[in-house]
Amino acid sequence: MSSKSERATQVLVEQIDAPIASYFTSCVHCGMCADACLFYNETGDPRYTPIYKLKPMRKVWQQEFTLMGRLMKMLGLSKPITDEELKEWETLVYDGCTLCGKCSTVCPMGNDLVYMLRKMREGMVAAGYAPDGLKGAMTRAINLGSPMGVTLKTLQAQITRTEKETGLTIPIDVKGAEYMLLLSSAEIAQFYEIIGAAARIFKQAGVSWTLCSEAFEGTNTGIQIGASDLAAELIERIVAGAEKLKVKAVISPECGHAYTALRWEGPNLIGRPYPFKVIHILELLEELRLQGKLKTKGMEEQRLTFHDPCQLVRRGGVIDPPRNLLKQVASNFVEMTEHGMHNWCCGGGGGVSANERAHPLKAKVFDVKKRQLDELSVTTIVTACSNCRNMLDEGLEDHNMDIEVVSLTETIAEHLDES
Amino acid sequence: MSEVELLNWLRSTGLHISIAIFVIGLVFRVVQNLLIGADKNLAAPRGSKMGPGLATIVRRSFFHPHMTYRGYFTLIAGYLFHLGFLITLFFLSQHIILFESILGFGWPALPPAVIDVTAILGIAALIAVLIHRLIDPVLKQISDYQDYLAWVLTMFPLATGFLLMHPMGASYSVVLSLHILSFELLIIAIPFTKLSHMLSIFISRWYNGAMAGYKGIKQ
Repeated sequence: MSSKSERATQVLVEQIDAPIASYFTSCVHCGMCADACLFYNETGDPRYTPIYKLKPMRKVWQQEFTLMGRLMKMLGLSKPITDEELKEWETLVYDGCTLCGKCSTVCPMGNDLVYMLRKMREGMVAAGYAPDGLKGAMTRAINLGSPMGVTLKTLQAQITRTEKETGLTIPIDVKGAEYMLLLSSAEIAQFYEIIGAAARIFKQAGVSWTLCSEAFEGTNTGIQIGASDLAAELIERIVAGAEKLKVKAVISPECGHAYTALRWEGPNLIGRPYPFKVIHILELLEELRLQGKLKTKGMEEQRLTFHDPCQLVRRGGVIDPPRNLLKQVASNFVEMTEHGMHNWCCGGGGGVSANERAHPLKAKVFDVKKRQLDELSVTTIVTACSNCRNMLDEGLEDHNMDIEVVSLTETIAEHLDES
Repeated sequence: MSEVELLNWLRSTGLHISIAIFVIGLVFRVVQNLLIGADKNLAAPRGSKMGPGLATIVRRSFFHPHMTYRGYFTLIAGYLFHLGFLITLFFLSQHIILFESILGFGWPALPPAVIDVTAILGIAALIAVLIHRLIDPVLKQISDYQDYLAWVLTMFPLATGFLLMHPMGASYSVVLSLHILSFELLIIAIPFTKLSHMLSIFISRWYNGAMAGYKGIKQ
């Protein structure tokens, strides 16, 4: 056993908790998880069956936690995991999985497979088995504060641009503001209009808010690559920024995994609860809508649909707010056959979009989204994740499909009744 | 040891040993899993754990509209097998006499003709799932020795039991010994194999539902 595979084994043993041990104990190898996997469905390659992706972790569980496994290991009938195995599984676990979590909703035993896959990545990356693209994004996130290399300077330029366009002052580093808004790198770099959209909505609703020059980026490559220590460091930066500005709540941006990272994993990563609330921007807009503070006029009349970001909806629980908000400004909103909890991923979540090696596979699995959209004949897709936006744009372009992809927050802002 | 002595040992000491291993082993397995523990969730909850956890235990038993042929096949064959096996186990008059001798009470039996149907159903479903496992690319990819071992251990008591009800010339006491032995091997194997899903399924479903419930995910 090499030092790398030993390290992976050691970390995987640490990751196996009561739920994971129960899940492996329950698995009867029925294969039903395959049908919920984007990658199995679109390629037909059985190696993408979620429980198969977990094979090295299952082996460690058997050999270290079960009587039969220990016995087999002692008798030499079952071998420890090897470097070759880990190398092969690196592509299954990172390239062939977006951590979308659809598999976890179908297992008849109740196994939360994506919970296990997320933990398996901890063992993989600890032994050095992670895609270079994702490692690069991780390094940039730690050293520069953004996986895409976006810096405060870029943000400042976009703020200036937004202020010119909207005539509003974009608050930054305002102590005592109620909310601190986070953005994703893609929003800052490509979709900066979201800053103006949020500013206009918040002005109309009378929300006191600010950006923070030391913590403006909400994405977290750490939870994608499976490095909890680095994920924790990125969370600590946000916590420090929020504590410094003494805000009551931090707004998670239109980015799926940023929400999972900040809202659900964050306090567990840093080992303490937050002294502030975390709210997704759509949850806040829904609150404002219910309080009658989100006044809009006019409707989008074209046929449009909503693409559910997995981490926000299936894994995050924000299912109804986007639909309620969309219905306020769209008269011809139609759902994809499989939507909400059962939606198909865009193909670029869980770090796949940062992993260049996986891009041909990512393009292939977009076929399911294409079929979903062909069924509907919509002209617009609304979503609430900048990564999904990019993935949808790329996929639609590959297939020469003339469909516009827009942000839900921006769509709401376009209909704001500012009179 | 003569045929009769072997049969008597299997019916008394052998049975007691196997039941003890089954019960203690299975409880130990599940408790051992639970004792590994899980970190307390420090994220502020949006919902509760208990209700959704219990609801998931029930909900995952149902068919759902997102299933494919593999799902339907697995659930239909799975239900037929479990029903056939369990009805045969608990409602054959000879089995009830055995349960009565251990538990001190019995219950009404089903007519042998009905048990014939349930036993054949169980056997047929088992054969179907084996064929499926051997030809389906996904199942071929994920199956290991335990899947086949569990199959043999489950089929053996059903097949020998059927032979007892429909003698085909073999010595009755030999087939009965084999039947009892195969059942004992099956229950001894349960705590050490995937067959322990008979208890851990409830824990797994609860964890999944509870984690989703904590996040306020409406299923």
